[in-house]
Amino acid sequence: MPRTGVFVCWCGSNIGGVVDCPGLAAEAARLPGVVISVDEKYMCSAPGQNKIIEAVREHRLNRVVVASCSPRLHEETFRKVLARAGLNPYLVEMANIREHCTWVHGPEPERARVKALSLIRRAAAKANRLQPLSGSRIPVTRRCLVIGGGIAGLQAALDVADAGHEVVLVEREPTLGGNMAKLDKTFPTLDCSACINTPKMVSAASHPNIRLYTWAEVESLTGYIGNFEAAIRQKARYVDHEKCTGCGICWEKCPTRVPSEFDAGMGDRKAIYIPFPQAVPNKPVIDREHCRYFKTGKCRICQKLCPTGAVDYEQEEETAVEKVGAVVAATGFSLFDWAGAYGEYGYGKYPDVITGLQFERLVNAAGPTGGKVRRPSDGAVPQTVVFVKCVGSRDEAKGRAYCSRICCMYTAKHALQVLEKVPGARVFVFYMDVRTAGKGYEEFYQRAVREGAVYVRGRVSKIYRDGGRLVVKGADTLLGRPVEVDADLVVLATAVEPAAGAAAVVRLLGVNADQDGFFQEAHPKLRPVETHTGGVFLAGACQAPRDIPDTVAQAGGAAAKVAGLLSRPELVTSPMVSSVNEALCSGCLLCVPVCPYRALEAGVITERINHHPARERVVVKVNTGLCQGCGACNAACRSGAVEVRGFTNEQILAELEALCL
Amino acid sequence: MNYTYYAGCSLHATGREFDLSARAVCGRLGIGLAEIPDWNCCGASPAHSTSHLLAVALSARNLALAEAQGAGDIVVPCAACYQRLAVARKELGEDPGLREQVARITGRDYAGRAGVRSLLEVLGGLDTEHLKAQVTRPLGGLKAACYYGCLLVRPPAVTGFDDPEDPRSMDDLVRLAGAEPVPWGYKTECCGAAHGVANEPVTLKLVRDILEVARRAGADCLVCACPLCQNNLDARQEHVNRVFGTDFGLPVLYFTQLLGWAFGLSDRDLGLDKLFVKFRPGV
Repeated sequence: MPRTGVFVCWCGSNIGGVVDCPGLAAEAARLPGVVISVDEKYMCSAPGQNKIIEAVREHRLNRVVVASCSPRLHEETFRKVLARAGLNPYLVEMANIREHCTWVHGPEPERARVKALSLIRRAAAKANRLQPLSGSRIPVTRRCLVIGGGIAGLQAALDVADAGHEVVLVEREPTLGGNMAKLDKTFPTLDCSACINTPKMVSAASHPNIRLYTWAEVESLTGYIGNFEAAIRQKARYVDHEKCTGCGICWEKCPTRVPSEFDAGMGDRKAIYIPFPQAVPNKPVIDREHCRYFKTGKCRICQKLCPTGAVDYEQEEETAVEKVGAVVAATGFSLFDWAGAYGEYGYGKYPDVITGLQFERLVNAAGPTGGKVRRPSDGAVPQTVVFVKCVGSRDEAKGRAYCSRICCMYTAKHALQVLEKVPGARVFVFYMDVRTAGKGYEEFYQRAVREGAVYVRGRVSKIYRDGGRLVVKGADTLLGRPVEVDADLVVLATAVEPAAGAAAVVRLLGVNADQDGFFQEAHPKLRPVETHTGGVFLAGACQAPRDIPDTVAQAGGAAAKVAGLLSRPELVTSPMVSSVNEALCSGCLLCVPVCPYRALEAGVITERINHHPARERVVVKVNTGLCQGCGACNAACRSGAVEVRGFTNEQILAELEALCL
Repeated sequence: MNYTYYAGCSLHATGREFDLSARAVCGRLGIGLAEIPDWNCCGASPAHSTSHLLAVALSARNLALAEAQGAGDIVVPCAACYQRLAVARKELGEDPGLREQVARITGRDYAGRAGVRSLLEVLGGLDTEHLKAQVTRPLGGLKAACYYGCLLVRPPAVTGFDDPEDPRSMDDLVRLAGAEPVPWGYKTECCGAAHGVANEPVTLKLVRDILEVARRAGADCLVCACPLCQNNLDARQEHVNRVFGTDFGLPVLYFTQLLGWAFGLSDRDLGLDKLFVKFRPGV
């Protein structure tokens, strides 16, 4: 027999300010199965929790209803309370009389009271039918896959590896480093990006716990939390890295020049190349698309000159399989293609209108100009440089609705760099707002202003070429006047977007993307590094635009979550997953294709009915490690054989009866 | 190819040469133009800045008349008229309530069958061989700055032809006529015609800027597709010169006049005699 206790929470004035909680408790006491019903100012507080524990003991309760907030907020809290009281934690049912009632019906307290009581009646009806549940245990492969070798992936990999777990780090480019490796200096300290990034690249490559794959991509991921299997495609490098010493003769002598991706088109590389001198691994790959040998069958210069015979045109791509227990997505960002959208800035036809990332390569000592600011068209040192912020950001008409968050700061940095490197230079920054939330950020921006950057509040409406100069037309909305600047170089702060190919990784991992294509975190505030797919975590700009300090912090957070997961030899899964009544299952398997998590598959049982001989029969089996308890199979099952534990047909029908009849 | 023709008020007055040259060029190209009988004002600037409903209703009446005439899509030379008619067409198509209300006001319903196209779009869409075949007096590399103005290709959701930031259809036509379109940055800048009476100094500055940028780009003439722009840029040059101490003498002609000249049509047929700054290619 159920002996149910109802606990009505005031939630301060959130509930108590709208409905009469003691009155509700008194009415709830009359519901079937309820033996005690009380109210409390804050049920989630220590006194509230103790009240439940004492009532369980005093009244020998075996079911509990908490009428308070959303189960998303406190169901876990009250499950723990039940465990402390010596009950199975799944014998609690919540009635959400805050979000679903008093918050939305504040102006109508009487109707709110009636609704609150209905919700409690529903919860009590279900509580009376709750069954004790317990999760199953699954083993954990104590290794982690990190996808992306930029600063986010490097940090996550190093932290997990330092915690004593093996890490498989996969980077699709020929080198580690990501976007951060392309930067010159970093705000607000102006320390050199390479000085703080390349040591991490080297550490990752030499860490005994890290297995590194560069020029490789994750092809598929199967399995579930604690037990994933990743297929990793190692693209053909056409250079045997076992033999190669990285001496550099091949790329010195290669006759083919190609615009360098790493230099964002500001400089060239060869067809056999390392992206930049500090690349890790410091050994080349051949770009098959541009290589003269692959295009014409002639050349072979690199092969002839290689002192160790490492060049191998016959090399083929390979696929490796790695078993891991957790995955960190750290796929980073790319920049909005402004040239396709902003005709008023010339659609990319003016060589001296460049992006912030291109500017980074121009001021980088290891870049194509050796760190001298020279404009692309004629190599002249620009005397007037105009920066345009929010190109594609905060622009729903042509770009993205969101703020890209890093541009205000890096533009201030660029402005300072121009003023420092080009004596007498004039710098104008067109902005909508200056957003400098971060430690030392506002001070940094003020420094740029103090040193001479002219900030003009307004949008740029047009950039056009007039002879050898660029004319930037815009508005100064503080003066209320149109302005025109003759510029030698224009730098656009283009929006941050999810990296090219991010959508494919989203599909591969079975996680969600938000409306802008960024990876969706499980909760925007409380679970920022987790996803809704167990065992898959997020680090860095793949989740939202963010700067280096925040990326490193988030990567460390993801690593801590991974280390926590991998610290246990086995996991207890949620018991609220599908279960099959094999006696009812007809083996039609209609439920298999509807499962979004691939958690169902056909199985065979042997059964003996009465005195007939034993026979084999097909039924569906649930993989409780994969099942997320969504209930799609439950709805699809014609014979009612599949049910979600904690949401059985009987329980749900009892709720409906209590609510509607 | 036949079209319903909406000339609008400017083409009967200050922009008469646009009407003349449009008809002459279309005639040469085998395009039939059937003028809408009893057409009325399109509702440009005065109406739509005071009453949205009045502006839509004025254009809607023209659209309904044209549709009833059944002579095909409406072709409009004037950029302002074109924009008003196109906006009205879009709004009536998207809002059945408005369509009903406007039909009660005008006494005529417009079902949206007759489309609205600018003359530039129509001529720009013709087969280039057909156009080239008419050119008997190529312009010998005359440098022309094609000036589209603010209304013709904007907003793109209404106009739906050419690029709103870097339009090229007029440049292509001018090139077919043997002239050389110059790249310049002021193709779609505002000429200030709307402020010519209320705030003349603003207008004079905008006109000066356009002439200045065109001249620096090496243009021998400006080519445009709007009677307000043409009148503003042409008739005010002397005033601009007086105020700013400049010496502009850039002919500003309609693209139809330039095409017609290349087709060998007479100055008189094209209304070239009506320009303030005379157009004398090769002189």
